[in-house]
Amino acid sequence: MLAVDVDKRLGAFALNARFQAAGGVTALFGPSGAGKTSIVNMIAGLLTPDRGTIVVDDEALFDAAAGINVPPHRRRIGYVFQEGRLFPHLGVRQNLDYGRRMSGHPRDAEAFERVVSLLDIGHLLDRRPRMLSGGERQRVAIGRVLLMRPRLLLLDEPLASLDAARKREILPYLTRLRDESHVPMVYVSHTAAELRRIATNVVRLDAGRVVACGGLELLDEADAEAVA
Amino acid sequence: MNVLGLSPSEWTALLLSLRIAVVATAFALPFGIAIGWLLARTQFWGKAMLDGLVHLPLVLPPVVTGYLLLIAFGRRGPIGGFLYDYFGIVFSFRWTGAALSCGVMGFPLLVRPVRLALEAIDRRLEDAAATLGAGRFLVFLTVTLPLALPGVIAGMMLCFARALGEFGATITFVSNIPGETQTISAAIYTLLQIPGGEAEAARLVVFAIILSFGALLISEWFARRAGMRFQGE
Repeated sequence: MLAVDVDKRLGAFALNARFQAAGGVTALFGPSGAGKTSIVNMIAGLLTPDRGTIVVDDEALFDAAAGINVPPHRRRIGYVFQEGRLFPHLGVRQNLDYGRRMSGHPRDAEAFERVVSLLDIGHLLDRRPRMLSGGERQRVAIGRVLLMRPRLLLLDEPLASLDAARKREILPYLTRLRDESHVPMVYVSHTAAELRRIATNVVRLDAGRVVACGGLELLDEADAEAVA
Repeated sequence: MNVLGLSPSEWTALLLSLRIAVVATAFALPFGIAIGWLLARTQFWGKAMLDGLVHLPLVLPPVVTGYLLLIAFGRRGPIGGFLYDYFGIVFSFRWTGAALSCGVMGFPLLVRPVRLALEAIDRRLEDAAATLGAGRFLVFLTVTLPLALPGVIAGMMLCFARALGEFGATITFVSNIPGETQTISAAIYTLLQIPGGEAEAARLVVFAIILSFGALLISEWFARRAGMRFQGE
């Protein structure tokens, strides 16, 4: 369970977002500049809201009034960035292991195997991030986040940097992840087609505000408005 | 007995130079990384002042730096007196003092590449490390420092080279005592003051060149290896 109620001023841009997400995949959907990435950064703890609360599984991660602001490394929230952000000085295997090591989890060969086979990255383990294609890099980034055993997954336009063919390559892995991992996800995108494949609920944003919360039908409304 | 054509006193000067340069670089390193980090990553009152202070040995006449060290770190100086009274550490006219002056002279050359390397690091990678469960110090150890390694090696190399060749500040601070503070540079200088000392000086000159060139090659090799880690392969 995720409950977000935050205000944040970023220069001339005012963000005021309030929504809840239960399980499944919650889409943060809206045009570029709607504030989607800022919201995800606040959930991860990389950006501090001016006011409000962020609660995950009944634990307040941020509460301005109570003076609570859990630092990012203690939030146990996995974050898949748009550009992957694999560590260039580490091999794929060490990248995958990084979150587990830093989170202090014991080595778990079985979990490692499961994630590696879920994402089909077994043949990449001894490579360097530089030697990977964009799609492979994103799969490793997803694996790295899964192995830290997060209680919530944030995916910020994980397909945006990929071409159409690569997008088709990754999407099946993401749906498998949704169906097999049981970790709730917040999925940021401005592409309705992509979200139809993966999302279970939709939070529509525009100009820093939540316009609507609901099911996938919100994606159709957006399409209709775009046509009209 | 002459080994490799060098007399025992020449060997002494050579090994002393190496020891002083290694110790100077090793002790300067943690301070260099800390100051480089402060200058690259933080904003505070007096930052321009600190920046200027670090670079001072680069622009001051070495004799002045040596004299200031003598005043501050001499047995009766404010810092030297304190270190002697409470820890029994003596710098003046000891090889440790030579290492101190060499470290101070090499310090700006160490800090600059470290700072530039830290400034060039993609901060978003550090954010990623934090979301993966690494606290600030672990992020520094596992992401920041390894990514800055080529700059750190370059800085160490420059500091070492400067320490190896330092003359003015060292001779002013700790004098020119054979076996204690007489480095290659000081030995060459001394030989050139003696009529007929040129031949001996020339041998030391050759060894100084070999030593410096060797240090250059070794650091180049390390920097290339560190660079390769990012290129893949």
